[in-house]
Amino acid sequence: MTPQNNSFNAGRIAMWVLMIIILFLTLFPFWWVLRTALTTQGMIFDSTTSLWPVGFTWENFARVLGLVDTSEALASGGSGQSINFFRFLMNSFVFSTIITVFQVSFSTMAAYAFARLKFPGRDTIFLLYVSALMVPGIVTLIPNFVMIRGIGQWLGNMSEVLDGSYGLLMGQMVAPYFFMTPFAVFFLRQFFLGLNKEVEEAARIDGANYWGVFWNVALPMSRPPIVTLGIITFINSWNEYLWPLVVGRDESVRVLTVALNIFRSQQPSGVPDWTGLMAGTALAILPVLLIYMFVSRQVIDSIQFTGFK
Amino acid sequence: MASQAESLNSGNTSRPKSRWNSTETLVAFLFLLPSLIGFIMFYAVPAVRGFWISLTDWDLLTDPTWVGLENYQKLIGDREFRNSLWVTLRYVLWNIPLQTAIAVVIAVMMDRLTKSMVVRALLIVPWLMPNVIVAMLWLWLMDPGLGLLNQVWEGMGFEGWGFLGNVDQAIPSIAVINIWRHVGYTALLIFAGLQTIPKSIYEAASIDGATELRAFWHMTIPLLRPVLAFVLITSLIGSFQIFDTVAVTTGGGPINSTEVINMLIFERAFERFDMGYATTVANALFLMLVGVSLVQLRLFNADDSDY
Repeated sequence: MTPQNNSFNAGRIAMWVLMIIILFLTLFPFWWVLRTALTTQGMIFDSTTSLWPVGFTWENFARVLGLVDTSEALASGGSGQSINFFRFLMNSFVFSTIITVFQVSFSTMAAYAFARLKFPGRDTIFLLYVSALMVPGIVTLIPNFVMIRGIGQWLGNMSEVLDGSYGLLMGQMVAPYFFMTPFAVFFLRQFFLGLNKEVEEAARIDGANYWGVFWNVALPMSRPPIVTLGIITFINSWNEYLWPLVVGRDESVRVLTVALNIFRSQQPSGVPDWTGLMAGTALAILPVLLIYMFVSRQVIDSIQFTGFK
Repeated sequence: MASQAESLNSGNTSRPKSRWNSTETLVAFLFLLPSLIGFIMFYAVPAVRGFWISLTDWDLLTDPTWVGLENYQKLIGDREFRNSLWVTLRYVLWNIPLQTAIAVVIAVMMDRLTKSMVVRALLIVPWLMPNVIVAMLWLWLMDPGLGLLNQVWEGMGFEGWGFLGNVDQAIPSIAVINIWRHVGYTALLIFAGLQTIPKSIYEAASIDGATELRAFWHMTIPLLRPVLAFVLITSLIGSFQIFDTVAVTTGGGPINSTEVINMLIFERAFERFDMGYATTVANALFLMLVGVSLVQLRLFNADDSDY
């Protein structure tokens, strides 16, 4: 072996070591969450650097899920609060699913129109959509809040059934994301523009109408990017915090992110219930990881794709 | 654009007089309708209304009173606003250079070492987690008393850190949290950019006697410029809008040392119900971000790389 080759190998080994350290730093905190969640509440002060749970127990998960009654929870050192995990998990799921299904559907239709159909004002409208990409969320947040609150109050006054109902409150939460986001339209339009038109034109000549071409020809060819957009939209909705905090504090529609932070802020200051908090955190991480295991490839491809426009 | 010109020439031969086919126009607007409703209701009207609200004094309960540009004048002399600007800038300066540098290193290492999907998949796991959860996790790791970081650090005989509870350390701590969440994602974007650089140019450079470091500095970085520009602009714009992590970890404290712009807006709007002033600050943020993007585009000349 030449000396050059040796130094090359040494460099490679050093890079691998660094890479493994980076992967460790990326993943270790997740283990620490689980390790803490499985530690007995009273033993949090013992062996604080132990890599393994101290006094292994499922108690914290039971406490957080409200499976233990309050006095027992207090006896084991908790704050006696459960976070009603299943309800908040369901709310996060309903919130994210409604947004994903409708936003992706409507944005696909819009993107197809921009990419394939000819109509007056097309370029102007598209330019307006794209310029909205620049506007930070906080700018529209306050006017949106004022409007949504107004509509909510008006509907509540109109009908007692609606007032404070799950449907109305959830509707207020999903409304701004329901119809479109500029990013979704932009993302899919780019894709449709790159799609071969000839198949669609052939279908037109064969007598298919516009909807038929869209539904039977263009859509089946566009499955991968639509699925990808769906995944991104779902993850983004699942992670949403500020808007649900502003319009969805009510316990019936509260989503996980909001619930977790409320759970944290209700802890007695000084001695927070760390094992309980980490059990809640672990439960919130779990669904994301489960979904990710099946779609990691699409997520990676979509990130690499958004880098190139 | 070529496809557009082409379609204009090929389509509508049966009705040469009209540029638009009325059925097609009708269909197009039906396709667009839901997205138009959403755009008008939740983007266009709120943008205009936001500007109008900023010209009023409004507590949500009583009718708004017109004050003209008073809120904007107040902005200039407001110490809290100036503080939040400074705090946000400080955060951005901790966050962006470190995050970008580490991401470039990771991306280059991935490019040299492995095209493994598993490595890439693991690196972006933190980015998939909600900010709230990431913040909660680090709040625990960074707990001054019981947190792992100080336990290990003090175990080695050093004095513990104050982290999020310390006026000087809170912003760097929040920057660390967000670097941890975003660095893998950023590295993946840069990695994708690296794939577009043909390997043959490195061979040519090594034949010419260039060292790896020189090749990296004089070839890789310039060729990556468009990707780096995209990454920097998007991460910078995101960085200026930090909110969730601050809301969970410090709530703006201690003594306003983490009172970032979005936190200030949130408190003014939803705790003090000063809607006029809150929207004024939001609009100011928007203008600043437009400015930042323009400057960056000019600096990076993102459209073309050097070669």
